[in-house]
Amino acid sequence: MPRSVAPWETERKLIMKAEDKTDPRYGHKPEERATEEYIRYGVINLDKPAGPTSHEVAAWVKRILKLEHVGHGGTLEANK
Amino acid sequence: MTGVLPITLEESRKIVQALLHSGKEYICVMKLHGEVAEKHVKTVLKEFEDIIYQRPPVRASVKRQLRTRRIYYLDFLEIDRRNVLFRVGCEGGTYIRKLCYDVGEVLGCGAHMQELRRTRGGPFVEGGDIVTLHDVAYWFMEWQQQKDESILRKFIQPMENALALVPKIYIRDSAVDAVCHGASLTAPGVLSLETGINRGLMAAIFTLKAEAVALARPVVSTKDIMDMEHGVVAETKRVLMPRGTYPKCWKSGEI
Repeated sequence: MPRSVAPWETERKLIMKAEDKTDPRYGHKPEERATEEYIRYGVINLDKPAGPTSHEVAAWVKRILKLEHVGHGGTLEANK
Repeated sequence: MTGVLPITLEESRKIVQALLHSGKEYICVMKLHGEVAEKHVKTVLKEFEDIIYQRPPVRASVKRQLRTRRIYYLDFLEIDRRNVLFRVGCEGGTYIRKLCYDVGEVLGCGAHMQELRRTRGGPFVEGGDIVTLHDVAYWFMEWQQQKDESILRKFIQPMENALALVPKIYIRDSAVDAVCHGASLTAPGVLSLETGINRGLMAAIFTLKAEAVALARPVVSTKDIMDMEHGVVAETKRVLMPRGTYPKCWKSGEI
């Protein structure tokens, strides 16, 4: 039986439909956001330590970075 | 349990649903409750590839009804007496503790999950840009003292990276603000798009500057969108960009 394809093994191609330019006066590339904005629209690929819950880890990051809303994507069990 | 736990800061919490539904990969140590031949273990693990049925465990945050989950791959790595090491790639919401229990039932001897490490959560993987809590605390302090932005970029990445595996639709500047106000995306606004867009599956709307505008639910496929000249291609589900970032180019209905 062939192995199913994981989302990260799926190849995507970009297809052009129409052409246009983007005006440099509005918005900016994600890497060029000003510091505060860069943080507010940021994510961290964190290596969760053993022990605390995912929720506790998010709360720690919130305290370290002095932010108001910090969440996590996908609970990892606490114990071990 | 340790490993990849994507953390969303402030506004980026809006992309959490994209991460929750994304696939995961784990390395797991399963403890067998009896002696089993290696060959038998390998055979049984393979049987759990593809679609499995799972009832969420008693201590779960979701309704405990039987549901299906896709196991993309389940690779046997090593066996040492009663300890079995395997790697599993699976759909979000798969309970590995449950998977170990069920493998144990099929083996006949019983088994439980001994140790688990998540090696992937959506586009985020172990290695490369993964950071520890200590790194976060240290670099944040360094950044506060030195005010050097490159330090911040060592551990914080743009939320767009979290959407790397979601198929994207790139739109005109003139279509951006309407989407930011919650409007559906229509065909004339589309400049380019990725393959794999399908009705009902999640897609992400991006600007030509590669900024995320919104998460959307396409109502047609990539191929359909290519052939469309007008009409709705995707419904806006979660707006990520603040209104007014791009100029308003749409007419209000009150004429």
